[in-house]
Amino acid sequence: MLQLTDVSKAFGETIALRRTTLSIESGSTTVLIGPSGCGKSTLLRLMIYLIQPDTGSVQFNGCTIDPKDVIELRHRMGYLIQDGGLFPHLSARDNVALLARHLRWDQKHIEARLHELSELTRFPIDGLDRFPGQLSGGQKQRVSLMRALMLDPEVLLLDEPLGALDPIVRSELQSDLRDIFRTLKKTVVVVTHDIGEAGFLGDKLVLLRDGTIVQQGSLHDLVNSPSDPFVKQFINAQRTALQVLGNEA
Amino acid sequence: MLQHIFLFTSSTSIFKNFNRPFAHVTSLGLFFLTVISFSADGFTGILHATESDERPITVGSKPFTENVILGEMLTQLVRSSQSEAVHQKELGGTRVLWNALLRGDIDVYAEYTGTITQELLAGQGMESDEEIAMAVAKHGLQMSKPIGFNNTYAIGMLESSAEALGIQTVSDLNQHPHLLFGFSNEFMDRGDGWPSLRDAYRMPHKKVRGLQHDLAYRGLENGSIDVMDLYSTDAEIQYYSLRTLHDNLNHFPTYNAVILYRDDLAERAPKSIASIRKLEGLISDQVMSGLNARAKIERVEETLVAAEFLRTALQTKTMVVESHVTDRLIQRTQEHLTLVLISLVAAILIAVPLGIISARAAQLGQVILSVTGAIQTIPSLALLVFMIPIFGINEPPAIAALFLYSLLPIVRNTYTGISDIPTTMRESAEALGLPSSVRLRKVELPLASRSILAGIKTSAVINVGFATIGAFIGAGGYGQPILTGLRLDDLGLIMEGAIPAAILALVIQWLFEFSERWLVPKGLRLKPVE
Repeated sequence: MLQLTDVSKAFGETIALRRTTLSIESGSTTVLIGPSGCGKSTLLRLMIYLIQPDTGSVQFNGCTIDPKDVIELRHRMGYLIQDGGLFPHLSARDNVALLARHLRWDQKHIEARLHELSELTRFPIDGLDRFPGQLSGGQKQRVSLMRALMLDPEVLLLDEPLGALDPIVRSELQSDLRDIFRTLKKTVVVVTHDIGEAGFLGDKLVLLRDGTIVQQGSLHDLVNSPSDPFVKQFINAQRTALQVLGNEA
Repeated sequence: MLQHIFLFTSSTSIFKNFNRPFAHVTSLGLFFLTVISFSADGFTGILHATESDERPITVGSKPFTENVILGEMLTQLVRSSQSEAVHQKELGGTRVLWNALLRGDIDVYAEYTGTITQELLAGQGMESDEEIAMAVAKHGLQMSKPIGFNNTYAIGMLESSAEALGIQTVSDLNQHPHLLFGFSNEFMDRGDGWPSLRDAYRMPHKKVRGLQHDLAYRGLENGSIDVMDLYSTDAEIQYYSLRTLHDNLNHFPTYNAVILYRDDLAERAPKSIASIRKLEGLISDQVMSGLNARAKIERVEETLVAAEFLRTALQTKTMVVESHVTDRLIQRTQEHLTLVLISLVAAILIAVPLGIISARAAQLGQVILSVTGAIQTIPSLALLVFMIPIFGINEPPAIAALFLYSLLPIVRNTYTGISDIPTTMRESAEALGLPSSVRLRKVELPLASRSILAGIKTSAVINVGFATIGAFIGAGGYGQPILTGLRLDDLGLIMEGAIPAAILALVIQWLFEFSERWLVPKGLRLKPVE
């Protein structure tokens, strides 16, 4: 579905991503994981062409992305960021329907799609008239997800989608997200720094450090056959205090 | 040039010129022209019922009482010859009037020969009145014979202190180098003013400052200055017991009052020329000084002073219409609103796109912000005077200047409002796959709306204040009574302009705050939950 070949990116003096090759398989959920500044978000933003690679190429369905066609490309991708990126001046409904209206979908079609999505994301339909300022963090992310899914894109790109939520909302939304991914069978790429979340959501994990991929594989692979001491260190660092206590007892 | 418009003056005639065709307007002015002509039509009926299609004869006057009285006399004399006349009084200064006369914005005004030889046509070596008349003829102008009085510059000080120091002549001042000089701003800068006076008399004085002429009298009285420049027909010379120092080196040229008018007046209103020339040789120094005192010290309106004089001296019957406060207020509000609204609307139409460009194109944006910022640093009176060669006098130059001043707050707030949109918001719009124009319209402008509106509000309020200076160049508005009030030291008249201006500023501010309900999206006006 997505093929990144030899891509690299620097912002001024700072190298965000070294020459990297990665392929995202169709219908799978790939999780980009690693510590802050490892280049995982850069990799995701390259996929939707919010930034352009300094070297290498990005291919979508076997075709190299042409900057001229980037608007059509984005219509085939859904993108969601940590705080949702909802426009505060528009109601939830207008946020979700903004693009469809621009593309001149008819009103019935839009309403039908809104219904479908509010069921899928378990967001109450009567909440659609609220403004982002009137929604809780979890609700905002559900609306953002609706907005990302509105055009039924082939690819869903999520940048720390649960990063700003408290633990209870987070775990609830985590399982909802997994259900949605399974229902829709879309190609999904998620960025997170939480190894538990990565294992819960992802078929394949890609661990990065300092702009380079350290290891890719299932959570099982990463835990049992770490390719590098850093992999082990990264995983151990995130064993929760509860697990540690449990092991001691 | 700036100095010319620091002299304040006027009276309160209701015959305020408003609907002259603006013959010389460049492309930028064309927009204003259309709107003004349109709005001016509506005012015509209030100002004076126009029956003929011919444009009225326009009389100009300088911003000091004597010239305003002469302007009133000329206006009433033109009217007595069955022509329609309007008086554009207390215009910004000599240059403004001269240029307005050359351009045809005004047809006639009273000038002084010394000003022509020393200032307007300096360096042409004219001596006699005939030579001066020939020189102005080359500019398409006619000069009358002298009206009679010689209003030259003089140097004066309080009789008491002159007596105490034993000062009789200008040369005597050199014995007292510590005296404080306070000269009118125009005198400070004129060819025949302070610099040449200092050179001619080799004056050693260092403490010299420029100040407004009418304030200088009070400066003398309270001792903050010792010596000032006077006009020899000033009403205040007797009132303040001043001693006029003898010009023992004959430095100051003769300032015979004469009438200057355009050649084409002979075709347009031949009878009016004969009528205004009745003033030739009619007014002596003493008579003029008396008329000045009647207006300045006894506070009789210039219109009435002129009418009384013409009635006794020439048996000319003139109709004087008493102006009513309410009528004046309505007229000035209309004039003021015309200035503010046209300049503000034009500024919004230009500045918002400029702000958008600044936010989107970084380098061009720096240029735009620098240029609009630089405009703001031009002193307001100077900007007005720069506009005169392009737009003439009256509303267009005032509107153009106000327009330029209104740009910066709107450009900057539009720029800031759009630039301050968080990157995540900007990228979300981009990642959705919305084209740039749609992102601007649906996301960026609504998010920046509060900031843009704040910029417009700032411009509007500043604009109401700035518009008062429009009176310097005949644009009317609340500045007119303020100017007259300052000249006549009449607090009531100053308030007649200042209070409505303050109220208008508040009303406009209030209107904008009210309009936020429609212009700022609801989602941005919500208080956050929790």
